Amino acid sequence: MASRRTIVFENKPVITGSYSIVGPKEGKGNFASYFDYIMNDDSFGEKTYEKAEKKMLEHAINGAVADAKIQPEEVSLLLSGDLLNQIISSSYAARNFDVGFLGLFGACSTMAEGLAIGSAMVDSGYFDHVVCATGSHFSTAERQFRFPLELGNQRPPTSQWTVTGAGACVLSKQGSGPRVAMATFGKVIDYAVVDVNDMGAAMAPAAMDTMLTHFRETNSSPDDYDLIVTGDLGKLGSEILIDLMEMSGIKLGLNYNDCGQMYFTRNQNTLSGGSGCGCSATVLNSYIISKLRKGELQRVLFMPTGALMSTTASQQGETIPGVCHAIVLESDVKPKGGGVQSQDIKKTTSASKGGSKIQKRKGG
Amino acid sequence: MDEKQRNEAYNKYVTAKIPKTRAWPSLFNSFWVGGVICCLGQGINDLILLAFPNMAEQSAWAYTLIALIFIASFLTGIGVYDKIGKFAGGGSIVPITGFSNSVTSPAIEFKHEGIIYGICVKMFTIAGPVIVAGVVSSIVVGIIYLFV
Repeated sequence: MASRRTIVFENKPVITGSYSIVGPKEGKGNFASYFDYIMNDDSFGEKTYEKAEKKMLEHAINGAVADAKIQPEEVSLLLSGDLLNQIISSSYAARNFDVGFLGLFGACSTMAEGLAIGSAMVDSGYFDHVVCATGSHFSTAERQFRFPLELGNQRPPTSQWTVTGAGACVLSKQGSGPRVAMATFGKVIDYAVVDVNDMGAAMAPAAMDTMLTHFRETNSSPDDYDLIVTGDLGKLGSEILIDLMEMSGIKLGLNYNDCGQMYFTRNQNTLSGGSGCGCSATVLNSYIISKLRKGELQRVLFMPTGALMSTTASQQGETIPGVCHAIVLESDVKPKGGGVQSQDIKKTTSASKGGSKIQKRKGG
Repeated sequence: MDEKQRNEAYNKYVTAKIPKTRAWPSLFNSFWVGGVICCLGQGINDLILLAFPNMAEQSAWAYTLIALIFIASFLTGIGVYDKIGKFAGGGSIVPITGFSNSVTSPAIEFKHEGIIYGICVKMFTIAGPVIVAGVVSSIVVGIIYLFV
């Protein structure tokens, strides 16, 4: 029996500030009205896309600190990561901040990795304020992992669209805002998927493992959450996860969704959906946190997934390992009577279940 | 079930789950765009021969290829060729215009890394294998030709 991988935070660190910045395409997607800043141009006034990605991260970190209404000097530690080799966007962005820096690499799961480590630091009382950030850029990811932008090739239907965007949040010992209640660290799981255009299938088993571990170790079930959200499994990957969970005996219902799948509208031609560090980070720091602040969501299980591959390893015939970390976020606002979404969802689902039973009975 | 069996079963399940590309519409688009590119080439060739009646046919072919390569490279530079490629797939990759696109696009992409380490080094990252295959196969054919 493996040892426990879940932390239950005693003091529940507070997310006092959050900020999201996205590119123009993302700004036309389904979460458009929730983002703090939408860039007019994905180069963000910089000469190269790598510099733009770095600038986005700086912008997001500054935005989150301002949102938390603290001074930049009060922040003790910056936890950040991205997709580029040697995580240059994060470390180069960190040059401009007078704080300790821990560079992270968890591919697209970085947001949760940062939140988990940051929460542990704040919960234990060592630090008052910690910033977690991550971001990705479509054009830098394409160049590093795939083909030049202007190459006239077709994408397979399983491929995903790297989100141009960055998200950051401030974790504090005290304050008001959503609280980080638990964190489950994921194992690296490899089911021998080799297709680099099918990240969803490569990461879904890791999501399953973390989800099962989390439910087992915390004695919870999908019904305990208003929203269970994976990072960037995409349309195909989230379907696979639902199947895998069902095979393991857990049914994921209406409260399960995937950031990558929800991110873009249907006519934006992103095939299997969004991906990248920025995908889950911008959804968390816009939609999810604002809903938690209003109390419209009470408990959220946030589980970004990462495919830990490199082009070199793939070309040498290696399979794609995946990882997934889970974070439980709780709202500090008590649900107001009547207008609470979560209870409504539960009511409607139970009502519809009842309804189908009645219909079945009638049919029988 | 051991790990290998589990992985095999999973990959089989994933392959069955992947949405299939619809072959006929893709083929239709490929063939008509490819056909139009070939017609364009023939048109340029005819125009050259019309303008310069004394030119040898083989020289006209060379000029036609140069013209097609230029057009594709230009369209790549202004960001149009990738859209054609997305729509037509093989139809715009197989003709020489696709080759031109595959050389120009990395050159544009990596220009910020400098002329030598960016453009010159990266220019043939995609077209390189095609050139190697061309050279190797011409050597093989040459050797066969020597003995036949």
